[in-house]
Amino acid sequence: MKETSRSETEQVAGNGLLHRRMFLAGGAAAMGAGAMVEQAGAAPLAVESWMKIPGAPFNGYGQPSKYEEKVARTWASAPGTGGTGSSRTPHHLLNGMITPSGLHYERSHSGIPDINPDTHRLVIHGLVKRPLAFTLDDLGRYPMESRIAFVECAGNSGALFAKQPAAANVQAIHGLLSCSEWTGVKLSVLLQEAGIDSAAKWVLAEGADASGMSRSFPIEKALDDALVCLYQNGERVRPANGYPVRLLLPGFEGNMNVKWLRRIKLTAGPTMTKDETSKYTILLPSGKALQFVFPLEGKSMITHPSPGLTVRGPGLYEISGLAWSGYGKAAKVEVSADGGKSWGLAALQEPVLPKAVTRFRMAWQWECVSSSLRSPRRLFSRSHRPCSPSRAPTSARRSHPKTLPPGTSASDPTAPDCRRVAAP
Amino acid sequence: MKQGEAVFAAKCQACHGEKGAGTPNDRLVGGQGSLPGDKPPIKTVGSYWPYATTLFDYIRRAMPFNESKSLTSDEAYGVVAYLLNLNGVIPESETVNAQSLPKVTMPNREGFVVFTRGK
Repeated sequence: MKETSRSETEQVAGNGLLHRRMFLAGGAAAMGAGAMVEQAGAAPLAVESWMKIPGAPFNGYGQPSKYEEKVARTWASAPGTGGTGSSRTPHHLLNGMITPSGLHYERSHSGIPDINPDTHRLVIHGLVKRPLAFTLDDLGRYPMESRIAFVECAGNSGALFAKQPAAANVQAIHGLLSCSEWTGVKLSVLLQEAGIDSAAKWVLAEGADASGMSRSFPIEKALDDALVCLYQNGERVRPANGYPVRLLLPGFEGNMNVKWLRRIKLTAGPTMTKDETSKYTILLPSGKALQFVFPLEGKSMITHPSPGLTVRGPGLYEISGLAWSGYGKAAKVEVSADGGKSWGLAALQEPVLPKAVTRFRMAWQWECVSSSLRSPRRLFSRSHRPCSPSRAPTSARRSHPKTLPPGTSASDPTAPDCRRVAAP
Repeated sequence: MKQGEAVFAAKCQACHGEKGAGTPNDRLVGGQGSLPGDKPPIKTVGSYWPYATTLFDYIRRAMPFNESKSLTSDEAYGVVAYLLNLNGVIPESETVNAQSLPKVTMPNREGFVVFTRGK
């Protein structure tokens, strides 16, 4: 066994959080993580039944193993409807930074429209010099750009604001967040084609679903990084996420990333649609409400260990999770295993990208030192990130803690000092 | 407004309740004055929506839920008039059309503050 340097097993924070160099130096093996692995003894390795007969043939579109069927979205719909509501990503069962397309969260207001790509059009009109109508083929002829970006519902993590802690896992609490590689044409390019009138200050985006869901945003965002997306993780955007074309406004609340995009209208001011007045506004105790709260605040969450996943006993574990910010990169993440008394810096998975999730990892030597085996451990993460383009990283946001009694699946979140209270 | 009341009873009431009282879906009437403070606010067209024209736009594009975009403009204006009247915003005698609706001032018209971070 390789000699371990002291820094690799160095505890950086209370209750066994270890230095992130553990991940670089092969320290996990030296620490005896292998002690938890079954020793290969004298008995021969089993020759299983599937090794003796030919397997399944090819098919056109691969599916996950049947043994992974619990890796699935969960959802809730409004009374009397099927697709009005939201579905949640099972983050506790995933890894890496990309959400598989079939597991990307959804928030829809009238279900998924069955759009014919041949007849669908994207119209750009209003305060433009030349109103235009694009077919999908037309859009495909413009230079494209790919970008990895998260999309998050403004109502994500709403359960943390309940008076009593919710006994729920990371999917139930934080599942309205996903991250994909989006490929499409910059909206600024299409607006240049149409010619922007000097009076145009806002943009209305409208979807082709039954609710005609529509939102306005300032033209600065349209000219910055707004993307008219045709591809999601390499293939055409999924129907649940906006087929055949959806808008991406990196970092802005999910509702504004209009799916099933059919119309862009340049206007002098905001349109004041239903979803930027009666919904997606934040009521304050004074009775006034905040409007046009666009970028999502920074946040982080621990995905493993998580309620629903069993931790078998004391030993070396990896704590892992995601951090993100609508303002830029989530470039510094800390974890606490002693209820917030002390914090250690987590390792970040490259690449760390602006307005995308960052996967973080922390080595944790868990020793169940209490006399009671059922003694819980609470894990917190917090991420430091830019809160506005002009400020240095200052803001720390605490994610919800995970109670970790061995073999049980309770969680005990407390409300973070998070300013986002939006409810759709 | 009589036409609006009839359309509402036929096409809206099943989800939004008699006279827009709500259940199983969104409540449309009442709740004025319930926004400030600790108790749960009642957000309806009358208590929360800042613009009456939004109501016409939303009904015309999204409602009734199972057959959106099926109302004529006249029917939509009728339902808008009925709901505004139920919320005490306009009298029964008032006509609602493309010219008059933008002039209606909603009770919560001044209830919104544009979010500006770090200022």
